[in-house]
Amino acid sequence: MTSGDSAQSPRRIDPAGLVIAALLAGLAAVLVWDARGLQSVAMYGMGPEAMPIVVATGLALLAIGNFIDALRGNLPARESADPVPVLLILVGLALLIAVIGFGGGFILATSALFVTTSAAFGRRAILADSIIALVMSTLIYLVFDRLLTLSLPAGPLERLL
Amino acid sequence: MIDTFAALAHGMAVAIQPMNLLYALIGVFLGTAVGVLPGIGPALTVALLLPVTYKLDPGGSLIMFAGIYYGGMYGGSTTAILINTPGESASMATALEGNKMAKAGRGGPALATSAIGSFVAGTIATIGLAFLAPWLVDVAVRFGPEDYFALMCVAFVTVSATFSDSPVRGLTSLFIGLTLGLVGIDKLTGQARLAFGVPELLDGVEVTTLAVGLFAVGEALYVASRRRHTEEKLEPVRGSLWMTKEDWKRSWKPWLRGTMFGFPIGALPAGGAEIPTFLSYSTEKRLTKHPEEFSKGAIEGVAGPEAANNASAAGTLVPLLTLGLPTSATAAMMLAGFQQYGLNPGPLLFAERPDLVWGLIASLFIANCMLLVLNLPLVGLWVRLLAVPQPWLYAGILVFATMGTIAAKPSAIELSMLAGFGVLGFLMRRFDIPIAPVVVGLILGPIAESQLRRALAISLGDPMTLVQSPISATLLAVALIALLAPFVLKGLGRFKANED
Repeated sequence: MTSGDSAQSPRRIDPAGLVIAALLAGLAAVLVWDARGLQSVAMYGMGPEAMPIVVATGLALLAIGNFIDALRGNLPARESADPVPVLLILVGLALLIAVIGFGGGFILATSALFVTTSAAFGRRAILADSIIALVMSTLIYLVFDRLLTLSLPAGPLERLL
Repeated sequence: MIDTFAALAHGMAVAIQPMNLLYALIGVFLGTAVGVLPGIGPALTVALLLPVTYKLDPGGSLIMFAGIYYGGMYGGSTTAILINTPGESASMATALEGNKMAKAGRGGPALATSAIGSFVAGTIATIGLAFLAPWLVDVAVRFGPEDYFALMCVAFVTVSATFSDSPVRGLTSLFIGLTLGLVGIDKLTGQARLAFGVPELLDGVEVTTLAVGLFAVGEALYVASRRRHTEEKLEPVRGSLWMTKEDWKRSWKPWLRGTMFGFPIGALPAGGAEIPTFLSYSTEKRLTKHPEEFSKGAIEGVAGPEAANNASAAGTLVPLLTLGLPTSATAAMMLAGFQQYGLNPGPLLFAERPDLVWGLIASLFIANCMLLVLNLPLVGLWVRLLAVPQPWLYAGILVFATMGTIAAKPSAIELSMLAGFGVLGFLMRRFDIPIAPVVVGLILGPIAESQLRRALAISLGDPMTLVQSPISATLLAVALIALLAPFVLKGLGRFKANED
């Protein structure tokens, strides 16, 4: 972790860096594959397929650069991360998308996100948080949908208002 | 010169209409309130508050933006001083001395010198903007497409490579942005690129979705993942808010010096307020008569960097308004604000909508005055906002962040993209890849491509056109030097190390 450690083993390969390099190379390949389907209709100059190739070349070079950095272990030190809260928030986002997608409305969707995020940050009072979330998102809905005439998706709860 | 005064007076007349004053006030208030929340920088403040202005007319909403922009900056420095979590790298220098001052019970004078210094710097820099902008517009109208393309290349390189500690990671970020910029229908030929048959992707990636995903969702995920490592401590504001005579005497020179660093560097198409703030910090450290106080809470170390920060924020508006060139994440969000009304900043906007541009510039003055009057008395309110418990704070941020997307495009695919960009932002934070270049790449990539294609179409496909124009040749040379310099310097450094 400290610089003293890395001085002792300067050539430790960083697997995460290798993954980043591989992802960049993959992205470059996708760009090239996509650009092959484009027709160059430009009489002069460059067609729509030129820029993706340029960007893909850049990505490929950067994949090499990141690969070298990873082999040298040049990536900055990382603190250990706790995956549980991250997953909880992602579950909250998935719930939000599902509720909106199935017409559950703004209030229910954002309340679900609020409660899961709050739980991810260590709150264990799900009932109290649910009430806070419902009140808050109802207020937001009223202010933005009615007052500022933004159109937010309506579900069963919104139709009661 | 006279023209500038006339235009500015006209802008003032627009800005002091009661409704516009109200918009500016709301903007300043909301900007400070959101900007003060820990972990939220000015860029995210503007991104989160974009939906508030969806239904306003362009004039009013841009005036509100002026308030949000300056308010967000001010709120960010309050957080930096009181809990030492700068929302953005430009507030880092402020946090160095400011938080020490707060710990020593001198939080009041620290907040005061940062507020007054921001006012002084903001006012001088806005005057600079008003006089520099018309001149730059005159230069910019002579720019051909190849010159614009070269200018964007300079911005690409400076935003990503020069100032990040690793050029490889900075460029990686930029190229992710460029890739996202390719998504959608190619405007010249109508062919879809990287859309994979998904209809929502044909319009391209929405700048606000990307920015809110990277900044808000990404930040929330990142903070959640390392909650156990950090313990934020809110320093109460004790004692007098006011600065003593001694404080004034020690502050005014750093304010002016900070402004001198901040405005020119901000106005260059180079981006980043970190450079001027740290330049100002080290200058004050060298010039101070109280070197023993530095790193224990020296007021010069707050006054200088804060002034530099604000002056550079006004400076970044110069390339943004005159060339349409965003050089910071915040400027990129301002550009997105313009674009939601189909307005493209640049020399044309000065000619076509002078009321809008000069109204915005005049509003910057007004927003600055409002901040000075409002913020010191309201500091108690901001401190209370800082005390919102973290779970509710981030839950609220996420609700607000998703609301922007839900209001703009309530589709499952757009929301999934938001979540995806959130994960991207989380991973980039985790691996120390800078985030701002992604946003700049998404916005500038398509513009650079269309300028390049236009230039090549005019020259009948001859790429030499890029180096035949003296402007373009110079700019491309600058971009190339800026791109290669960090690698060469690193190589030299290694060479030296081997010699020892």
